[in-house]
Order: sequence, then C-alpha cells, then structure tokens
Amino acid sequence: MCGIIGVIDKQRELMDGSSIRDALSIMDERGSGEGAGYAAYGVYPDYADLYAIHVFYDNLVEPKTQVEDLLETWGMIEHDEEIPTWEQAGIPKIHTPWRYFFRPKTRLMQRSRTPDDEIVKHIVMEVNKSIKGALIFSSGKNIGVFKASGWPEEVADFYRVEKYEGYLWLAHNRYPTNTPGWWGGAHPFNLLNWSVVHNGEITSYGTNRRYIESFGYDCTMYTDTEVVAYLMDLLVRRHGLTQELAVRALAPPFWDEIERMPEDIQRLNTALRLTYGSAMMNGPFAIAVASPDSIVGFSDRIKLRPLVIGEHDNKVFISSEEAAIRTVDSAIKNIYMPKAGHPIVGRTVA
Amino acid sequence: MIIGSRPTKFQVVVDKNQCMLCGRCVDNCSYGVFRMEPEEIITNTRNCVACHRCISQCPRDAITIKERPCDYRSHPVWTAQVKENIFKQAESGKILLGGMGNAAQYPILFDHLVLDACQVTNPSIDPLREPMELRTYIGKKPRQLEFIQKSDTDISLVTELVPNLKLETPIMIGHMSYGAISLNAHKAMAKAVSDIGTFMGTGEGGLHEALYPYQDHMIVQVASGRFGVDVNYLERGAAIEIKIGQGAKPGIGGHLPGEKVCADVSCTRMIPEGSDAISPAPHHDIYSIEDLKQLVISLKEATEWKKPVFVKIAAVHNVAAIAAGIARSGADAVVIDGFRGGTGAAPSVFRDHVGIPIEAAVAAVDTKLRRQGIRNEVSIIASGGIRQSADVAKAICLGADAVYIGTAALVAMGCRVCGTCYRGLCTWGIATQRPDLVARLDPEEASHNVKNLIEAWTLELAELMGAAGINSIESLRGNRDRLRGYMLDQSMLDVLDVKPIGA
Ligand code: SF4
Ligand code: SF4
Repeated sequence: MCGIIGVIDKQRELMDGSSIRDALSIMDERGSGEGAGYAAYGVYPDYADLYAIHVFYDNLVEPKTQVEDLLETWGMIEHDEEIPTWEQAGIPKIHTPWRYFFRPKTRLMQRSRTPDDEIVKHIVMEVNKSIKGALIFSSGKNIGVFKASGWPEEVADFYRVEKYEGYLWLAHNRYPTNTPGWWGGAHPFNLLNWSVVHNGEITSYGTNRRYIESFGYDCTMYTDTEVVAYLMDLLVRRHGLTQELAVRALAPPFWDEIERMPEDIQRLNTALRLTYGSAMMNGPFAIAVASPDSIVGFSDRIKLRPLVIGEHDNKVFISSEEAAIRTVDSAIKNIYMPKAGHPIVGRTVA
Repeated sequence: MIIGSRPTKFQVVVDKNQCMLCGRCVDNCSYGVFRMEPEEIITNTRNCVACHRCISQCPRDAITIKERPCDYRSHPVWTAQVKENIFKQAESGKILLGGMGNAAQYPILFDHLVLDACQVTNPSIDPLREPMELRTYIGKKPRQLEFIQKSDTDISLVTELVPNLKLETPIMIGHMSYGAISLNAHKAMAKAVSDIGTFMGTGEGGLHEALYPYQDHMIVQVASGRFGVDVNYLERGAAIEIKIGQGAKPGIGGHLPGEKVCADVSCTRMIPEGSDAISPAPHHDIYSIEDLKQLVISLKEATEWKKPVFVKIAAVHNVAAIAAGIARSGADAVVIDGFRGGTGAAPSVFRDHVGIPIEAAVAAVDTKLRRQGIRNEVSIIASGGIRQSADVAKAICLGADAVYIGTAALVAMGCRVCGTCYRGLCTWGIATQRPDLVARLDPEEASHNVKNLIEAWTLELAELMGAAGINSIESLRGNRDRLRGYMLDQSMLDVLDVKPIGA
C-alpha cells in the first residue's frame, strides 16, 4: 500500500503545505497511521546556502553533544533550534526534532569534486551508524523533511506544515509491512538534496544494499527505500548521470526492448545495464524523487504499483491516486499514467 | 602377512527366471562382472562399481544390484572406509585414487539454505505471463560510465565496454578435458550449449577439430601443462580460462595416464601418443599475482583484447584474498571451484579432505570484493557441487554471476556417479577413450538430454525468481536477503551473511 503525492512548480512559485496535507489525507486508506511525512523545497530562504540538518534526538544530552561535536569538527553551525511541534493526541512525542544550519569546511575533504556534499554525507552516515539516540533524517540545502509515526493529518498538524512554503513538495502516507512503524522509517527519505517517497517493496534490496555499501553508504533505516536516495546520490552526483539516465539504470528496459532500439541507444542501454545491474531495482514500486530543480516519478518495470501524473499550468503532480491530485487542483485536465519504468520529469525553468 | 580379501561393495544378482541369456550384460560391462555359461549368467560381484549400465541394458529387468552392508565390527572412528583404505595402501604402497566428487560426509550447505517467496505485500511474478530475464553478461564491467554532455538533451556515452560473454541462462558447463572424457561426450555438450546460448569449457586437453563448429560457445582452458595451446586454439575460443586450481584437488596438478592418450588425444593435446600427460601443480611461470597478471595480459595481447580471460581457482580457506588479487590482475572473471567438484582422477585424500564448500567460498569472495569496491568490475562463476536449479539460485543469491555444472551434465548423459572414471572403463562412454565404449554414447541423443536439463533448470530458476518477486537475474545476484539459513550455527551464518529462518 502507501500513498504518495508530489508537486513541483516550474516557476518556483511557493505553495504552503495545507493542500498537500489534504491531498495526503485523501489517501488515508493507503496508510495505517504508523508513518507519514512531508518534504518541502525552498522552505529556508534565510539560510539558503547552508545545509539544513534535521535530527531526531532521543534525549537532548548525550546524543546531542556528540552530534554537535561532529558538526563542529567538520564545519560550523551557524544557527540551530528545536523544530517547532504541536503535540497531537495520536502522536506520542518519542523524539525531539532539531535542526541545524550548517556550513562545512570544504578544505577538510580535498579529494572530492563536491567536498561540501561529501562532508555532509559523511556526517549523516556517521551519526546514523554510530551515535545512539540520534538520527539525521534531512540534510539538504533549503530543504526540510517533516515526518513521524502517525496519520497524515496528525503529522501535518504536529509540524504545522501549512506554515512552511515551498515550490516543491513530496508527501507520503505509510502502511509498513516489512518493518515496524518508527519515525526514522517514515518517508520521505532524504540525503543531501535528494528526497524520496516510495510505494511498494524493493525485492532487490539485498543486492542494492550490498552494491551501495561498497561505495561507502551505510544502510541504517531498516527499510528498503533509503537505498533509492543513496543510489540517486551515487549515480547523479558522483557518477554524473542525468536524472533520466539514473532512472534508466534503476528501472531499465527489458533486453528485448533494448534489442529493438537504434544502435547507439542500444549501446547506451546495454552499457547502463551492464555497469549498473546491481543498482537496478526489482519488485513492485512507484517512486518519486525530488531534487532542487526537479521531481522524477517512475514505477517498476511491469507496473505493479499505481502511479498517476497530472500537469496543469506550471505544476507537475505525481501521485498514487488521481483523487489526491484533484484535491490540490480541481481544475486539472491533463492526467495520465506513464508507461512502466518510464521516468516522468517535472523540472523548474527558472 | 596376508591381509586377505576385503568384503565386496556390491552384490549383483541375476534372476534366472527372468534372464533370457541374451548376453547384453556381458557385452555392456567393461569391468568384467558378467560371464556367460551355457545355462546361466555368472557374476563376479567383486568387480562391480555400480555403474548400472547392465541394469539399464537388460531387456528383462533381471539384474539387481545391492549395496552390501559392511560386516566389519562397527566402530565410530575406525570406520569400514578407513580400515579398507589402510588395507589397500598396506598392499600397494600407493596413493589412493578416486573419480568424481568429494565422497566424505560433510553437511551440504545448500541444503541448509532456503529461498524466500513473496506473499501479500509483495506480489510474486508469474513467469508464464511476465518477462523473466535470465540473460547474464560475464566479463569486466566499468566502475562507472563516462558521458559527454553536449547540451541539455544531447548526451553521449564515452565509455567503451570490453568484450563480455552473453549467456541466455546463468548455467554453463565447466571444464572437462578431452582425454578425461570422450569426444562424443564433448560433442554432445558442445551442441547443447550452442543450442541454448550458453558456454562450456574445453578443459585442459585442447580443442578437437570436431568441436570447431561450436567454438563460439567454447571457453578454452590454459592449464599448467599447456596442452594443445597455440594461438589458433586461443583464437577459436569465445573466452580463455587460466586454470590455477580445481576443487577436487586443490594444490596439485593433473595426470592423464598414457593409456588414455590415444592417437586423437595425442594430436589434440600436442603430446606423443601413449605418453602420460602431466600438468604440474603450479604453472612454472606463475609464482605470484604479478606473474598471473602477465599471463592474463599476454593472453589478451595474443588475441587482440577481444576475449575475456577467466582465472579458475579451487575454493580454499583464503579464497577471498586470492580472488581479490585475481580481480586486480586484469582477469574478467574469477571461477571458484568448490570442494565438491568432480574430477576424472584425484588422490582421494585431496578429493575428500582439501578445500572448502563452494557456498562459503562464493559468499566470502563476494563480500571481500564488495568491501574493496571492485565486485562490480569482475564476474564470479561458481562451480563444484551444483546439483539442481535451487543450488543455482542459492549460489547466485550468495554472489555468483553464473555457475558451471559438470557432474550434473554427465549424469544427464547417463553417468551414475560410480566414481571410477580414473580407470578409463566408463561403461557409458563418457570417461573413457576405448572406442567400443565411446561408441555407446550417441552425441545427438546425449546432447538433447543435456539441453533438456539446462532448459528445465532455467525454467525452474525463472519460477524461483518470480516467486521472490524478481524479474531479472541482476536483482538476484548477491541478494542474500532472499536466503535464510536453516539449522546453521552463527559462525556459518556470519560467513554466508544470511539471516536465520524466522528473522
Ligand atoms: S542382460 Fe539381462 S537378460 Fe540379458 S543376459 Fe544379462 S541378465 Fe540376462
Ligand atoms: S563418468 Fe562413467 S566412470 Fe565416471 S562416474 Fe560417471 S559412470 Fe562412472
């Protein structure tokens, strides 16, 4: 199960979180009250060039000191605060969400092409792997993830998402089957500028996890979705693939389709499958991946999970259900279902 | 002091009421069990190796072969086997030989691993209706692709892929040499792999002319004896395999007795007729990984970098580190042969006591290569003890790209795993060069059986993948999450990196 909804405004016009909240609530049937979350791009304009690092703390003493020590080792905390929350009946406040606005010292990671990203990635992996009682669940620039265990509207009210304004939103309503519902397991999953929501299961998780771990990513969330964020980071940021090609690698065409392609495209697709075979994802899924200038939706190769695309004016919607899109935009006409495995990209123009 | 005779292993009985004295058993048994007397068939039970050829040919089902229970005083330590081996060696003063695979009673890890299947949350896939991709490419893959971006939409690939073998099923037939097995057996398997779109190994005995039509599906082997190796041979193969070691006999070379070196074998191997063909234990030009690298590169040079080069080693305890070295030597694939791998002839002490199981070896190699970040750049082929499609699936989950089968292909042609291949008397015409015996194996028919076997396993593999909700083999490879250990201790679970059942 699970319900997803994502929207991007190509002109970067800001939208507050209220309509996304309603759209997600429409899909309550697809959840079980054990996890929901929102990711919003463009929400911290005052700190736009700093990394917004969101952390769940089990307590504000030991883990917090350790995280702050680590941050101070690798850069500077320019501002930090507790993420404001409003207690809801259905959400026992298990963790305290905190946010840091962080500037890495790039000279500390000299050998990378993207030293600042590399530092933040390192911190995320380090904290999530080794600091007990702390979990970094969001680490991009000008991006915030807001998630917890609860129903969509409870989680929205807990963070008052309607107070945030972003030009790109992703939201997720969870029906966990493989792993217990816990705050860290709620979607969106985020690493750096990548945020991912996912409906389904990744049966190739064992392969994908072992692949991504050999590139220095540690999977700590007990759930299959986190590999998607890491794979996008590896393929796009580190290996320089376009997002379309990265999706091609994750949900490639079948061999017999590849064989029917013109020669150069065939060559490209063969190279992608051979090189990134262990990154390819199997199983039933519909996934939306956000980055600061785009949102990409795609389903598994035989489309075992629903995925609906809507386009209207400057907005592109990606959702599990048409009704959710219509909740946000009742005037929308152009609604369709993409072909299995085909990436649908909404990109900002400005 | 006379040790005296040992009890016979098998008892062969001919039912007189059934027998019609046709004499087929006499003709078919190359071990000399049967003798025709005017009124009855007399058996010399002592000679029987339980190859079952007589049973298969008897038109009246008159023959029964039973294993004779041991009549030694039972003893938990000094078992019948141990005692008999001592008797034999006390008599002969020689190394004991054995054919086929490990005959000692080690637990089979494959049988302690169970595969997973989907239920509600995750639909299984029906291979009859949905595409199932078992195509596998064996060879080096780039670590990452390089592109040139000309504009937003125009992006072109710069990376050139090196040659890979394209397999339509991840099942290949491993190396069994012409010499160890007959030409008819070779032809049968070669035709089968060509029909299916997979590959087989030549073994170290060179490539007989009769196999030239199938050369695009042959992997030519270069062993320490260098039999039959010249540039023509290398060029004919689809890939080249350097054999360092073999699962049945890690650390020792090969020996084909002179009796098996008939005119044809001598010509294919490029050695004099009737001479023993000895592969030394080491390659005398390889004493380090650097030396191996030179051979890999020389072979690539000789074939203009058009052929993948594999390196085969026996599974030994340090296999992961060795495989990592091989991966860095420029080899395109590492073949790991587990201690249950078959053989024409090996000292039984090696066959039964040296090496480690393929399951653990593949798991350890895959893990090591991943830790070093190079797993993706080299293929892993697992062999030695693959008995059924489930073993194939499990080997792939543990980290293999593909498997080699050996004994299973021979069994498909009639082999009864009697384990006496080293005597050259194989009644099935497989492990022999005696023309009358070789003629018993019809290459067409045998090829059909081998083809059927691989195709049946491939169908089963597709079903197993579908049940696990997976529609391409890439997603099964190294997917230890699809396996659970059943009654394995923690240390074994750790090596295999699989969770126990229920977890
Ligand atoms: S093959 Fe059977 S029927 Fe013929 S002689 Fe032997 S035992 Fe008798
Ligand atoms: S190949 Fe022949 S001799 Fe060897 S085990 Fe099989 S049946 Fe026996």
